[in-house]
Amino acid sequence: MGSPLRREDVAKVATLARLSLTDAELDQFTDQLGQVLEHANDIAALNLDNVIPTAHPFGLINVVREDVLRASLSRDAVLDMAPDAQDGRFAVPRIMGEAP
Amino acid sequence: MTLPNDWEMVIGLEVHTELKTTTKMFCGCANVFGSEPNTNICPVCLGLPGSLPVLNVHAVDLAMAIGIALHSTIASSTFHRKNYFYPDMPKDFQISQYDLPINSGGHLDLPDGSRVSVERAHLEEDTGKSTHLGGSGRIQGADRSLVDYNRSGVPLVEIVSGPDIRSSAQARAYASELRGILIATGASDGRMEEGSMRMDANVSVRKPGAPLGTRCEIKNLNSLRSLQRAIDFEALRQVELIEGGGTVRQETRHWDEQLGETSTMRTKEEAEDYRYFREPDLVDLVPDQAWQDRIRASLGQMPAERRAVLLARLDDPTSSQLDALEVVVDLGFDALVISAIDAKVDASIALARAANELAAGIDNIANLTPEAFIATLKMEQGGELSATQAKTVLLEILQHGGDPRTVASAKGFEQLSSDSLGATVGELITQFPEEWSRYRDGDEKLAQFFIGQVMKLTSGKANGKSVIAELQARR
Amino acid sequence: MRTAAAIASDVKSGVTSAEAETRISLEAIRARNEKLNIFLFVDEVGALEAARRVDERIAAGEDVGPLAGVPIALKDNMCQVGVPTTAGSRILEGWLPPYSATVIDRVIDAGAVPMGKTNMDEFAMGSSTETSAYGPTRNPLDPSRVPGGSSGGSAAAVADDMTPISLGSDTGGSIRQPAALCGLVGVKPTYGLVSRYGLIAFASSLDQIGPFAKNVTDAAMLLEAIAGHDPMDSTSLPEPSPSLVAHVDDGVAGKKIGLVRELYEGADDDVIASLHRAVEVLRDAGATIVELAVPEIRLGLSAYYLIAPAEASSNLARYDGVRYGLRVDADDVAAMNEATRTVGFGAEVKRRIMLGTYALSAGYYDAYYGQALKVRTQMIDAFRRAYHEADLLIGATAPSVAFEFGAKMDNPMAMYLSDVFTIPTNLAGDPAMSVPFGTGEGGLPVGVQLLGPGRSEAQLFAASRVLEVADGRS
Repeated sequence: MGSPLRREDVAKVATLARLSLTDAELDQFTDQLGQVLEHANDIAALNLDNVIPTAHPFGLINVVREDVLRASLSRDAVLDMAPDAQDGRFAVPRIMGEAP
Repeated sequence: MTLPNDWEMVIGLEVHTELKTTTKMFCGCANVFGSEPNTNICPVCLGLPGSLPVLNVHAVDLAMAIGIALHSTIASSTFHRKNYFYPDMPKDFQISQYDLPINSGGHLDLPDGSRVSVERAHLEEDTGKSTHLGGSGRIQGADRSLVDYNRSGVPLVEIVSGPDIRSSAQARAYASELRGILIATGASDGRMEEGSMRMDANVSVRKPGAPLGTRCEIKNLNSLRSLQRAIDFEALRQVELIEGGGTVRQETRHWDEQLGETSTMRTKEEAEDYRYFREPDLVDLVPDQAWQDRIRASLGQMPAERRAVLLARLDDPTSSQLDALEVVVDLGFDALVISAIDAKVDASIALARAANELAAGIDNIANLTPEAFIATLKMEQGGELSATQAKTVLLEILQHGGDPRTVASAKGFEQLSSDSLGATVGELITQFPEEWSRYRDGDEKLAQFFIGQVMKLTSGKANGKSVIAELQARR
Repeated sequence: MRTAAAIASDVKSGVTSAEAETRISLEAIRARNEKLNIFLFVDEVGALEAARRVDERIAAGEDVGPLAGVPIALKDNMCQVGVPTTAGSRILEGWLPPYSATVIDRVIDAGAVPMGKTNMDEFAMGSSTETSAYGPTRNPLDPSRVPGGSSGGSAAAVADDMTPISLGSDTGGSIRQPAALCGLVGVKPTYGLVSRYGLIAFASSLDQIGPFAKNVTDAAMLLEAIAGHDPMDSTSLPEPSPSLVAHVDDGVAGKKIGLVRELYEGADDDVIASLHRAVEVLRDAGATIVELAVPEIRLGLSAYYLIAPAEASSNLARYDGVRYGLRVDADDVAAMNEATRTVGFGAEVKRRIMLGTYALSAGYYDAYYGQALKVRTQMIDAFRRAYHEADLLIGATAPSVAFEFGAKMDNPMAMYLSDVFTIPTNLAGDPAMSVPFGTGEGGLPVGVQLLGPGRSEAQLFAASRVLEVADGRS
């Protein structure tokens, strides 16, 4: 039975998700994900036009906090975790392209 | 700028404003500009594993205030995740609002009478800031970037206009009026140079009646001047491109203030897929009527109303009075000027001093009480201080506080007594009999001559009006 | 190992000290952890310090809390300040959180002594603890078999008497299923009852932290200690911690209990047999049993395998090598993100990220994720209708007893089917718990699942207690 997913779809999704897959993985994932989506087709096929998606199961709304200061983390604590840091900032290899 | 050959430019503006809250959108870190990098961060705004957002109620209040000021409909809203990878985004998604924004269907009326629709004004969180090393400091040609997350999580409202704007001047007027409104609601400090208000312009061109052309987005314009220049450049670029047989590509462009041109940042071969879905870590926002009414009631007057109120106090205003009025409203001194006018201070003087001296000392405006302002102007009006002296007194009070009489006295601006003024004028009449004779016969111009002489003799301490009064009394 | 209640009582009364209990726990861990791979990190120094603090406070006459001196194990997806927290993944290897989860602060406030972090399926994605980057955990009852997952380490710690209690997390059954496979009480609370602040997120709208224990009372004590409103979690229910321990012996007389076909059909015969005996016990204790059908439950698996991966794909985006954890260098940041995530994530995590990204992507949202959210509404409505017919529901927890290593790893769908009875309650947000009842193949324990409407934990504990007594374990 053919997978509802095409290899190109899976490759595109991998890029969106910042994952690089080998050819073998690409094939395997196309197959495995395809199987899961086959099962998911039982819901895709349902007519649920009049059903409202659920937000919170117990209807919580308007959860807010007051605009009051709380202690921040110390910069040392934060930069200690960083794989690379410089001048008090997190360092990354060059960014190709501006933010969307 | 009008485009050639009947081309029409179509512009929509997206304005992001940082909100003037004490803390960030979803955590209690300080919302301040200019701190040392990465000193205002916590697990939430750094997006550490396990962190969760909790909404700042003040940000919601300010968003609603903006919505009300823009005549929007306030609705129940949800938050969505906008998913994309970028190093200044700690979670690699931004919490924003998508198809259910808090404010929609508003509009902004400009001073020239035109109306621009405001499709939506929604809440979202700001990103961190990156600086680029190597190359020119711009992103192209850099080898490394450094990221500061102090700004990450600062509350933003994004205000999106309809494509109703038809000129760069109108765009500028829209941005200026919007800025005045954002300041008047208390939502923003409007400091474009600090990045608290950022503008993106969507620009396309068409012949009148034709369908909308392909648009380009010019991102991150941070002054009214560059907004106007960038739009004019881009619209003309598109016209020349089309007339030369080319087609406009949908793309994002960057405005270079130095070179005076827009250039392409990247072509989107495919639009970014943000995979919006409802933010599961937050619950719905349902602002009931009581909440909305509370915000509405706490809202002061918007710039348009304040202009009208001040205008109503003026009799047949001159154009310089009107110019001063704009500045006075923009800076928020209208209430002060009105109370001065109501206390019988001359409107011209009140407007001029507010638009100039108070504007110059605006950072210390708290040092000047309304009483001191009015008292100083009354001293000027009554002849106890010359115009120059009155300006000096105001600037002095703004710097160091104090009351007008004490300051004037300390500066040696003693009141020139009417006796000594009379004696001085008397002397001059004797000294300049010819000029006196001509003045007495009706040559008003010589009043200025005598005023100048009085000033010389009294080291500038005389008040022009008092001298004229004295001359007239002796005619 | 004694019960948590007994230890706390003895520590408070001076019969024993927190330090002594901690040393017993450390000894047990030292003796068997290498073989069973239960703890990823044993916090020997921290535990002894915490224990001594408890003893000092008791000596000073302070009230140290209901879990005084009780050793507790914590699943490694709960941030604990200064303690390595990996979520079972290479991508967080060596990461030391600068803050602690609310639940950890609360168990420490209650006097408990955190002993260390336990093994789990990577990012809680799995039902056997076989996807952990640090090797699988073995079921102490039969080391050739899995302890269940994803909270396999926390279940095994208690099953093996290393600690009397532990905390796990449950997104689709990850507390209840390991509890069943290891012969323990395991509870998934009402969504929002326990704070998620500091819990490394898998699927935000489904995750809940809950207790493992050998008996119902200990589980109730632990849940009371961690439950209640947390202002740091916007999805946290507004009320304070409910009273549970006091209601454990309420019984089930006069209660209606619904036996739901969709919650056991397809299970192994031994599991169904235990379930039917449990039903009889409840009937004998005064409950009325009604047979109910809740057909919407059958859609649960599909809906879950769209919603959970979708949320997870977004929750796991932050692991990009920029701010913490693993970084694999490259010339530009996008390539660095990709290299880091490719090396740092295991196959199951990648699979689910891909599935989730696909389900949310343009053109597929409405058919997949959007539809699944509507199925969720239907599931909630279906359970609400069921609770008009019954006070509680009963079914199986897992389709079989503990299975052998590798039995389900080749076929993801087979593994996903392990969660078929537990997933519906995560989707509904309702509480459920697994209580051991009888044994099955090879003498391995079988778990029976009790389900209730939102905020009905006290009733669930009461019904579980009846079963526990009848099963002769208490």
